Amino acid sequence: MFENLSYLALQQYWWVIISLLASILVFMMFVQGGQTLINQIGKTKIERSLLINSIGRKWDITFTVLVTFGGAFFASFPLFYSTSFGGAYWVWIIILFSFIIQAVSYEYRSKANNFLGQKTFDTFLLINGILATILIGTAVGTFFTGSEFSIDKLRITDINDPVISRWETPYRGLEAAFNITNLSLGLAIFFLSRILALMYFINSIENKNIILKSKSVLKVCVFPFLVFFLLFVVLLLTRQGFAVDPVTKIVSMEKFKYLHNLLQMPLVLIMFLIGVVGVLAGIFLTLFKESRKGIWYSGVGTILTVFSVLMLAGFNNTAYYPSTYDLQSSLTIENSSSSKYTLTAMSYVSLLVPFVIAYIWYAWKSINKKRIDEKDIEMDEMKY
Amino acid sequence: MNEIDFTLVDWSRAQFALTAIYHWFFVPLTLGLSFIVAFMHTIYYKTGKQEWKNMTKFWMKLFGINFAIGVATGIILEFEFGTNWSNYSWFMGDIFGAPLAIEAIMAFFLESTFIAVMFFGWNRVSKKFHMLSSWLVAFGSNISALWILVANAWMQNPVGMRFNPDTVRNEMENFWEVLLSPTAVHKFLHVLTNAYVIGSLFVIGVSAWFLLKNRHIIFAKKSIVIGAVVGLISSLFLVVTGDGSAHDVAQTQPMKLAAMEGLYNGEEGAGLVAVGMLKPGKKVGDDKDEYVFAVKIPKALSYFSYRDFNAFVPGINDLIYGNEKYGIRSTEERMEKGKIAVESLANYKKAKDANDSKVAAESLKLLEDNYKDIGYGFLPDKESSIPPVGITFYSFHMMVGLGFYFIIFFILALVYTLKDKIAVKKGFLKLAMWSIALGYIASELGWVVAEVGRQPWTMQDILPTWMSTSHLNTGTVVLTFWLFAALFTILLIAEIKIMLHQIKLGPKEERS
Repeated sequence: MFENLSYLALQQYWWVIISLLASILVFMMFVQGGQTLINQIGKTKIERSLLINSIGRKWDITFTVLVTFGGAFFASFPLFYSTSFGGAYWVWIIILFSFIIQAVSYEYRSKANNFLGQKTFDTFLLINGILATILIGTAVGTFFTGSEFSIDKLRITDINDPVISRWETPYRGLEAAFNITNLSLGLAIFFLSRILALMYFINSIENKNIILKSKSVLKVCVFPFLVFFLLFVVLLLTRQGFAVDPVTKIVSMEKFKYLHNLLQMPLVLIMFLIGVVGVLAGIFLTLFKESRKGIWYSGVGTILTVFSVLMLAGFNNTAYYPSTYDLQSSLTIENSSSSKYTLTAMSYVSLLVPFVIAYIWYAWKSINKKRIDEKDIEMDEMKY
Repeated sequence: MNEIDFTLVDWSRAQFALTAIYHWFFVPLTLGLSFIVAFMHTIYYKTGKQEWKNMTKFWMKLFGINFAIGVATGIILEFEFGTNWSNYSWFMGDIFGAPLAIEAIMAFFLESTFIAVMFFGWNRVSKKFHMLSSWLVAFGSNISALWILVANAWMQNPVGMRFNPDTVRNEMENFWEVLLSPTAVHKFLHVLTNAYVIGSLFVIGVSAWFLLKNRHIIFAKKSIVIGAVVGLISSLFLVVTGDGSAHDVAQTQPMKLAAMEGLYNGEEGAGLVAVGMLKPGKKVGDDKDEYVFAVKIPKALSYFSYRDFNAFVPGINDLIYGNEKYGIRSTEERMEKGKIAVESLANYKKAKDANDSKVAAESLKLLEDNYKDIGYGFLPDKESSIPPVGITFYSFHMMVGLGFYFIIFFILALVYTLKDKIAVKKGFLKLAMWSIALGYIASELGWVVAEVGRQPWTMQDILPTWMSTSHLNTGTVVLTFWLFAALFTILLIAEIKIMLHQIKLGPKEERS
């Protein structure tokens, strides 16, 4: 069935999958947001234990989504993998470092004889919560603002200087964090992850203090989230974008490119609006309607919003990973993708995704159907 | 003109080796122990006996401690292909990326989803679903091994692809050839059986400690039986899969095989070194003896390599200088052809840009005719195609020796337990504890053989390491190398300390 699709259709299909994975990742980063809230919400040891254990049973799904995002990006758009990871070296290394220290922290924090002490592992979780959200946000920001790199495939025939992708600034990706558009996206995701985490706590923990405290912190987080999110949206929609000529494939700057993209793809516009409304509805229901299901509204909203923003980056003849150093080195879904054969083969593999989502959903429901409470701690059912 | 920056290449290799070696401290136990836990969990499900629940919970806890650090060291490996080997990522990404993505979709989600059910499900889900979750975690981790080993095998024996000069990369032509290549199949089976051996050594070693301390006697004896049965079957199968792997190396990587055996001058009816010591300072082309001493099993190398006792096995000299009688081309000849391929690629691209279709067609023909030697066109000299012989040779022989030791060990463990004498065999119990370390050593040595033995290639005969790196400062990679070294060492210490403490606590004697 995928064999009959055109090469371009397959490239678009894979951009949709990558965008979907990225948007699920942003949603799942409520785990990271939660890691920044443990001490703020949990006032007693028992409360902190409840918080850690509620997000602790989800951390490895977030982690796996990140790994899948990386693997799928590699398989479908290898030139991005080669250019961005090898080029923006420091920003990716710092992100990866923060995930390495996260992966052990849940398991080791409360174990006896853990060498570094519980405080260190909790600090690891805090570091991951702050860095991963902000830096992944700023890295995604460069999909719209561009980076300084050049690509020349002929270099591989020069044994003394063979690397085809070259980062043209010594800051190795860290420069992205000094761009206001990137940074506003990074901070918006940081605060969003906290908002989602607070709603997740309210949804999955049976403890009065935690619920009350979560609501009051939620009020505080909403304002900076809205400020940074709106700032990002305004900057995005008013900036020049990287347009690709559909015939010559030449990349050039176009004023209001992303606004044009949004208006020229009404389905994306609708998704974006529903997404934003969903995020706000979740917050509203939690704060004013005593609802404990806000996470689902805001979660779906997050996925739709991020997904539509990434559609703006890659679709409608746009370069999704632009180079400000050499416009013609910019990556588009056409010039950076895998071969038609590989995309076709991988598309068959992608048919497993709904099945994967189904069993994750089933397992999630069976574990979370009963909220965790202090009794679980007494029964020693707490792992972390 | 620049020179090849070998310091960058070496530090990039060092960083990858470091992360791979650390990662491999944890993976085999995850693979092996996951099935042992699932097996015990099933017995508990069937019998409902509290002792099996305690046993499952105990081994599950150790599994979790080990799993976390395996995940932590694993994520960096995947992304390191991009961060440190960006040229490789483009040149091979069309084929190499797919198994990594499939691994995540098929395996990692299975593991990460059901591991939560496995640990938190005791009073939350049905007993059957809970037990099934243990199996799904085991299957997930083993499927993940399949895909990453398919990726590794493809680097050692690139199949199912063709070079596309327009995109300047290799592209997949046949997915099934990549998945079912004999190299992948042998590697998968060999690594998996090795993991079950380590899982078994771990269970027996830990249980031996309990017996020595006179604690949890029944628990320990039952665990040893399971460990010994799984271990014995696995270690026997390990020999079979090892033979398959070595046979495959002979067909696809003759230079690696020559290095594994320290064989410089090829011969018909070649013997396999059982025990030996290489002569230091031996160089390709000199007339020094290869070995200080070597006890060889007559004709065995020929048989294992080609299933023929009298077959000719090429040595390093044959592969470097060529051997007309056996149709082996010299490295120099291959370097010349490789250089033609590299040059033709450049000419082809330039002619295409200049719309010169005649030159483009001629260059393309030359490129296609010589592509299989293109990697040799990137070699600065013929000696650079030889892997480090000493490391490969000793690693191989120590690994094989330990493999046979494990068989004897598991037989003894089984016999002593069945005769109910295990608790009094203090010497054997101490040996069992130390054998855990031997299992890890053998396993890491296996990877040293596979990876050091294939140098200088990241992709056999097509791309050497120095053509595969990212465009980075050496200083940057040195810094990240030490950061990883420090972090992984600290985490390893934490892991071992926690593990030892949990073992000392022992299984909880819960009453039903």
